Amino acid sequence: MFEVDARGLSCPEPVLLTQMAMKENDDDIIKVYVSEPYCYKNVEKYAKSQGRKVEVKEIGSEFEVIITK
Amino acid sequence: MKSRGVYVLSGIVLALICIVLIFAGNPGNMAFCIACFIRDSAGALKLHSAQVVQYFRPEIVGLLLGTFIIAVVKKEYRSTAGSSPMIRFFLGFTMMVGALVFLGCPLRMLIRMGAGDLNAWVGFIGFVLGVLTGVYALRKGFSLGRSYETSKISGAILPVMWGIIFVVFLFVPSLFVFSEKGPGSMHAPVFIALLCGVAFGIIAQRIRLCTIGMIRDAVLTKTYDLSIIAAVFVISLIIFNAINGSLKISFSGQPIAHSMHLWNILGLYTVGLAGVLAGGCPLRQIILAGQGSQDAAVTFIGMLVGAAVCHNFSLASAAASAESLGGPSINGKVGLICCLAITLIIAFSVKGRKTVRK
Repeated sequence: MFEVDARGLSCPEPVLLTQMAMKENDDDIIKVYVSEPYCYKNVEKYAKSQGRKVEVKEIGSEFEVIITK
Repeated sequence: MKSRGVYVLSGIVLALICIVLIFAGNPGNMAFCIACFIRDSAGALKLHSAQVVQYFRPEIVGLLLGTFIIAVVKKEYRSTAGSSPMIRFFLGFTMMVGALVFLGCPLRMLIRMGAGDLNAWVGFIGFVLGVLTGVYALRKGFSLGRSYETSKISGAILPVMWGIIFVVFLFVPSLFVFSEKGPGSMHAPVFIALLCGVAFGIIAQRIRLCTIGMIRDAVLTKTYDLSIIAAVFVISLIIFNAINGSLKISFSGQPIAHSMHLWNILGLYTVGLAGVLAGGCPLRQIILAGQGSQDAAVTFIGMLVGAAVCHNFSLASAAASAESLGGPSINGKVGLICCLAITLIIAFSVKGRKTVRK
């Protein structure tokens, strides 16, 4: 499990950090924490474009994006 | 996730909104320019005294209110603040200086490209280079840090305040100043402009429209949704202008433009770089401000102050005319270079992202 805490970061940092995490941990499950709805949508879109499966959980006012192969 | 068809349709509808505004009275090739309209609003509020660019543009009100309403309805309104506000103020200021040296924000760049203005295509080269420089800085670790949730009221202040000023503008217009000639005197009827702004804001919020993103996302993540919207937008405008007889492929004789190529490139280079660092173009900043980001609201105030400074201290370029080639004055050139130099220092010295962990 690899975790990316991108809460409160501006566009495109959440996607950039997700991209870095996916490259460095190709086989791992990656959890990305973001605050804004548009950030989780961007992360989800990017992960799906790379052929990954994505699950999004809403936790309070924030989001947890779980990316698996 | 939205399908490609939604993005294509959005590009066409956004172009149609611009066409409506052109027919309704907005200046040629300036149907919906964020920098110009913030500048005109600054003039109407007496923050500068350039007599040809003073009008309280309802499009900006519409953008803020449209975004605010749709964000509340869709439960995407989040009141946040705290991510390097004064750097964001400076980046907003700088985007406005760059835009007014070029004579338009990146949205107007696209509108001018769609009308055959080759100066905008030259400026586009600078814009792409600026975005690429910003992406390079991001890869090197540039970050303005995190924002945090604040009181819900705090994020609503800018859209509500701009809405109240609009009501005052409607009922007590004598408090404002308005251009009697020049671009500021050319405007669509108030409620058409307002509705176009609301519609544009709602669409832009839903598709996360950003002119910086159309280049940045293609380079950074190989995602092309925003590029498709921009391409469809420009092609739609080319088709409209060709049918309308207003497609004029040339450097000279373009409305409110100049052919000082170096300064068109440098102006938009600066906007592209500062826009990447700020997390979005001038339009995107308004959208973010409308959905509760006070960091984006501070960037907006930076743009407003930047516009006033540009005209009070003659940084804004002059449009080419029969008597003059136009372009920036020495003040504009020095001002732009100073802003660009500081932005480059910010790009490669502001770091501190430690967010990936095992």
